[in-house]
Amino acid sequence: MNTLKIEIPVMSELVARGEKPEYLFWVGCAGAFDDRYRKVVRAFVKVMVHSKVNFAVLGKEETCTGDPARRAGNEMLYQMQALQVIETLKQYDVKKIITICPHCYNIFKNEYPDLGGVYEVLNYLQLLNMLIENGRLNVKPEMFKNTAVTYHDPCYLGRANDIYDEPRAILKKLSDNVIEMERNKSFALCCGAGGAQMFKEAEKGDEEIFIKRTEQALKTGAKIIATACPFCMTMLTDGLKYKNREEDIKNLDIVELMAQSLEL
Amino acid sequence: MTKQIIFAFTLAVTLGIFAFTVNRLISFFRFTKPSCQIKDFWKRTLLTIEVAFGQTKIFRKPVVGLAHALVFWGFCFILFGSVEMIIDGLFRVEKSLKVFGPVYDFIMAAGDIFALVIAILIIFFLVRRIYGHIKRFEGIEMKPSSHKDANLSLTLILLLMISLMDMNIGYVGFSISEGTAIEGKYPVAGLLLPLFGSMSAHDFKMVYEVSWWVHILLIFLFANYLPYSKHFHVFLSVPNVFLTRLEPLGKLPNMDSITREVRLMMDPEAAFQAIPEPAVVERFGVKDAEDSTWKNYFDSLSCTQCGRCTSVCPANITGKRLSPRKIMMDLRSRMKEKGPNMVKYGKDFNDNRSLLRDFITEEEIWACTTCNACAKECPVNINHPTLIVDMRRYLVMEEASAPGELKIVFNNIENNGAPWQYSSEDRLNWVKDLELNTK
Repeated sequence: MNTLKIEIPVMSELVARGEKPEYLFWVGCAGAFDDRYRKVVRAFVKVMVHSKVNFAVLGKEETCTGDPARRAGNEMLYQMQALQVIETLKQYDVKKIITICPHCYNIFKNEYPDLGGVYEVLNYLQLLNMLIENGRLNVKPEMFKNTAVTYHDPCYLGRANDIYDEPRAILKKLSDNVIEMERNKSFALCCGAGGAQMFKEAEKGDEEIFIKRTEQALKTGAKIIATACPFCMTMLTDGLKYKNREEDIKNLDIVELMAQSLEL
Repeated sequence: MTKQIIFAFTLAVTLGIFAFTVNRLISFFRFTKPSCQIKDFWKRTLLTIEVAFGQTKIFRKPVVGLAHALVFWGFCFILFGSVEMIIDGLFRVEKSLKVFGPVYDFIMAAGDIFALVIAILIIFFLVRRIYGHIKRFEGIEMKPSSHKDANLSLTLILLLMISLMDMNIGYVGFSISEGTAIEGKYPVAGLLLPLFGSMSAHDFKMVYEVSWWVHILLIFLFANYLPYSKHFHVFLSVPNVFLTRLEPLGKLPNMDSITREVRLMMDPEAAFQAIPEPAVVERFGVKDAEDSTWKNYFDSLSCTQCGRCTSVCPANITGKRLSPRKIMMDLRSRMKEKGPNMVKYGKDFNDNRSLLRDFITEEEIWACTTCNACAKECPVNINHPTLIVDMRRYLVMEEASAPGELKIVFNNIENNGAPWQYSSEDRLNWVKDLELNTK
């Protein structure tokens, strides 16, 4: 097997060389810093390179979009971050953004326009689906063909932005056994991490939201719980650990399934 | 003539009381903040047809949804008959809208059938409420008075339907006995008529007259009870759907007052340019009823307390204190409490109470995951999360109050551009040894 070392194009270097990528790939804080989620980002980048997507990242110039601050009520901090990001993107004349985190997607797509940051924003699942439909990405279904997979809708793709079909279309290309949880699509139960809950203890209650959602996922009998959000991944992976099921049930991101099936 | 005068007088009293109530509510709207602009008339009309008249969101619970939809559609037909009764009563005529011919026949027949259907469904709703132990009808915000209100509203509707059926039976019975023409079609009345076989024309006339008056007086009573009830949605749900926030659920409204400050901070030069100062320095976020937008308040008046929002709230179903329905009910109660005093003493009126803390606790506000399940579920398109975040905005920006972990997150974002304490120098560490298998 031959391997090719991937050089990640960084925006400032490209621009210095007089080049301009088609997309800015916004990695996000979880992609940059969360050990587990870094693997998802790596898988996504492999698929992009494999499909010859022309992209670059901001690297050290990237910063928090301000989403957790905004949802926690700190509008001042959010807008400081947002205006700073918009300034950076203006400097590189960014027009199209690919995001992997649904929270970053939502904020770029819906909230930055109010502050003058208007972009064409694509979530990675939309990009993958587009690549498949264009024939630029040929899915190899052998690896997960008979594996039972269930998909957990992230709130910020689903209810927030009505993205329900792309993840399912991709999964159905990978597995013949995609099982829906009882609460799916717009009915899906939150993993418990949105609205800055990711970063704090939950309020007093009878049980944890992530455990409840994990139980709903386990009820399907699926061997793989597919997620599409860094926070959902943290929550459901924790849920599997709590339920002592992390040995037999895997929580993987959709793009990891894609990269694995393509043996990238 | 006497009948006409009595009718006109009762109608005037009804409208007078109604105008007083509505005027009072409108005066409270004066204190609220601006919300989204109402444009996209066609988009809103289509949305209203779909969600209000098509009842699409109520069908998210298909069985009980169908029951409600039938009641709603039935009401639409019966409303036509109520309008006719008012014309008839005022001008001493009978079945004045018969000029519509076959359409009239159809609407009257539909109204007659729906009266029975609705009566049966209302009995089902009452039994379900009282004996069904439906979880979403319980909760800390559901006081005994909330249940009484619901049961009273349902009972009034049941009486409305029974009187309507009596009216139709009386009318059909009288017309047949007297051999006069029947205006409109009344299939259910026709079916039930044999049960009243021995009654004379005079008796039928009495039944018709008495139930006509009972029905119209109940309508007048119901109309004036509604604004004080959770059943106000009978009037407000359609306009509330029309006034829906059209943005994606994930989008929070921007705070322009903050944008102004942040721009000044980032570019001190701009301080010398003409950025207009706001006339009144307003409070950031929502502390009390008057800090909410007119749309929030409209939402709270339209709330039916059906609890569908709460039944899908991840925080609520895992036993946290947060209940989206309670947020809406509390806003309505607080405005009801403070509104009259603000009318009397001005907006600055202070009773040392506020929506946040005296009605809604910080614990509730911080339990929200902003997942938007509540807003998605609400049959009348109420938006709870924007109001919840507005209360967080008040806590954070006016009082610097937030759970400790979130304060750390704020510090991290401010100092190193990430919610965690990692240096931006490490942002590309994930790239290390990244290889692609090319076979």
